[in-house]
Amino acid sequence: MNTTGKPDTPLLDVSDLAVEFRVPSRGSVFSEDSKDIKAVDGVSFSMARGETLGLVGESGCGKSTTGRAVLQLVRPTRGHVVFDEEPIHEFWRKKGQKWVWDHRLLDLRRRMQMIFQDPFASLNPRMTVETILSEPLRNFDVVQGTQRREKIQHLLMTVGMDPRCMRRYPHEFSGGQRQRIGIARALALGPDFIVADEPISALDVSIQAQIMNLLSELREKLGLTLLFIAHDLAAIRHVSDRIAVMYLGRIVELADAQTIVDRPQHPYTQALLSAVPIPDPTREQSRQRTVLSGEMPSPINPPSGCPFHTRCPFSEDRCRTEVPRMRTIDTGHQVACHLVE
Amino acid sequence: MTTRDENILEVCNLRTHFRTDDGLVKAVDGVSFSVKRGETLGIVGESGSGKSVTCLSAMQLVPRPPASHPTGEIYFGNTDLLGLTEHEIEKLRGERLAMIFQDPLTSLNPYLTIARQLTEVLEVHRGATPTAARRTSIEMLERVGIPDAAERIDQYPHQFSGGMRQRVMIAMALLCGPEVLFADEPTTALDVTIQAQILELIKDLQTAIGTAVVLVTHDLGVVAGTTDRVAVMYAGRIVEEGTTAEVFANPQHPYTRGLLESMPRIDTPLQKTLYAIPGLPPDLGNLPTGCPFHPRCGLATDQCRKTYPDSKTVSSTHRASCWEVEANE
Repeated sequence: MNTTGKPDTPLLDVSDLAVEFRVPSRGSVFSEDSKDIKAVDGVSFSMARGETLGLVGESGCGKSTTGRAVLQLVRPTRGHVVFDEEPIHEFWRKKGQKWVWDHRLLDLRRRMQMIFQDPFASLNPRMTVETILSEPLRNFDVVQGTQRREKIQHLLMTVGMDPRCMRRYPHEFSGGQRQRIGIARALALGPDFIVADEPISALDVSIQAQIMNLLSELREKLGLTLLFIAHDLAAIRHVSDRIAVMYLGRIVELADAQTIVDRPQHPYTQALLSAVPIPDPTREQSRQRTVLSGEMPSPINPPSGCPFHTRCPFSEDRCRTEVPRMRTIDTGHQVACHLVE
Repeated sequence: MTTRDENILEVCNLRTHFRTDDGLVKAVDGVSFSVKRGETLGIVGESGSGKSVTCLSAMQLVPRPPASHPTGEIYFGNTDLLGLTEHEIEKLRGERLAMIFQDPLTSLNPYLTIARQLTEVLEVHRGATPTAARRTSIEMLERVGIPDAAERIDQYPHQFSGGMRQRVMIAMALLCGPEVLFADEPTTALDVTIQAQILELIKDLQTAIGTAVVLVTHDLGVVAGTTDRVAVMYAGRIVEEGTTAEVFANPQHPYTRGLLESMPRIDTPLQKTLYAIPGLPPDLGNLPTGCPFHPRCGLATDQCRKTYPDSKTVSSTHRASCWEVEANE
C-alpha cells in the first residue's frame, strides 16, 4: 500500500463541487439551443483516512456524478477536489477543444479506483479473468511475467475466488462472482481510495450480504478509504461510518451513520428513512409513515429556494425563495434546512 | 383442500418446464398455493426461483415453445385456467385477471397514447363506446393519482416518469375491476419514496375494489408491510408458506431464516458482519439432488442430499419443506 501524506490530514477534501452537463433542450436533438443540467451543485465533504462515507439518494440526485467527479472521471465545472493535499481538479490540460488528464492524474489512478454497479457491463466479455486483471498491472508496469500471474492469483484469493478460474470468461460467472472480479480489478494496483457506485444493487438478496461483508473486510485489512454510493439506506448504514444524504445535486444532511438513522433532522432524510421497508410485519404496521407526495423535480428546471420545498410537508414561504445553507447543528452533524434549529 | 368457493385462485402442483440448449429447465416444479378473495399473497424468492413464471403460467403468458404446456391445475373460481383455449383465456385476461410488471416502460406500447391503451381494455371487454371508455379511463387515472389526467391521457409513455408510468400500468390493470391482480416486482425499478407511494396506492385500490393480489418480490421488507400471507420460493418450489406474521416471527426453513438474517436493517443495532447465506443460487438446468438448498445449508444431512423433503405442517396456516423441521400435526 502506498499511503503517503500526514495521517492527521483528510485523505479527500471536496468543497463546493459542481458538475454541469449540456443537454439539447426539449423538442429536438438537432436544435441549437441547449440547457445546462446542474447534476451536482455545490457539494462539500471531507473524508478521513480509512473512513467509509456513504452517499445516499434517489436516482438523479447526483450521487454517481459526485463519485465520478471526485475521481475526475468527469471534469468538475466548479469547486475543489483535494486528494492527499493535492488539488487534483487542476490536473487537466486542454487538448484542442477537449479536456484531458495530465500525467499527474494518470499516476493517481494507482491510488484511486472505482467499483461499478453492473458487473455484467463493466467486464469485457471477450477477455479472460486473467486479461481483465492483468490490464491495470500492465498499464502501470507493476509486475511482469510469472510474478504477474502470482499477483493475479493472490488478488482472486483476496476477493474469495478460486485462483484456478482465471482462464475463464465473465459469462461463466454469476453476478456475485463477477462483482468479486470487479473488486479484484479495483484492488490490483493497491489503491488507498475506492469509489463503489451501487456495488450491490444488481445482485440477489442472498449475495448482497456476501459482497457487503467482503467490502468491510477488505477495507479493514487494506486500510481503504471508501466512498460507498447507494440508494439503499439500510445497506449504506451497515457499511458506512458517516452518511451524506443527497437531493437534487446537493447534500442536505451529513452525520455519522447512527445519528442519521436515530435522529435524522432534514425532512427528506426522515421521509427516506420512513420509506425503507422493515422485514418485520408488526413493526411495519405500527410505523409512522411519511409518504412524500410527488417526485423529485427535474434538475433542468430546479425549483427556486430549497430544492426539496415542492415535496416537503413543512415548507414555508422562506423555503420557496431562499436556498438553505449547510449548517452545523451538533458535532459532526450538518443540515441544510431553514426549519432545523 | 375443500374451500374452493372461498379461494378465488387455487394452484395445485403447477409445473412449467423450459426446453433449452442446456437441457430441461424446471422453472416451476410442483407449486401449490391458494389465494382468498381480497387477500394479498406475497411470493418471495431470488432471480430464477420461479416466482414470475408462476404468475405468467396462471395468465398463460409463458411463451410456448420454449416452455412446455404447464401441468397441474390453476383454479380460478371453478374454472381450470390451464384447460382453457387461447380464446377463452383472452376473455378473462385484462378483465377478471390482470397483471402489472416490473418495468412499465417495456410493458406499455411506446407508439400508442395512454388513452388508446386504456380505452382499448374497456372497448374490448365491456363493449364501451369510445366516449364512455375515455371518461372511465380519465377517472381511473385520477384515482391512481395522475395530475391533469384529462390532458395527460393523450400523451405517450415516454412523457411520463417511472413512478407515473407504473401508476398508468396500475390504472390499466384495474380498469375492469379484476378479481385477481398479479403484481410482478411492481416497485423494484422505482426509488424508495416512490415505492412507498405505489405500495400504498395498490393497498388502497385493493380495499376499494376487493381484488386479490399476488405480489411477487425479492424484498422481504415489502412483503412484511403489504401482505397477509407469504410463500417463499427456491429453485422452482415453495419451501415455506404461512401467514406473514407467522413466517416472519417463526421462520422454519433454513433458507427463509437465512434471507431474513442476511438483510441489513435500519431498526436493529448494527452487527459487525451480516449473516450471509454461503454459495450461489442453484443452476436450474442442473439442480442438486434431494433438497436443492442442501449445498448452501448448514443443517444438511445425508437424507437432504438424497430425497426432497415433504411439506411439513407447522400450524394450520404454516408449512415448510425441510427435513429438519419438526412436524406439528
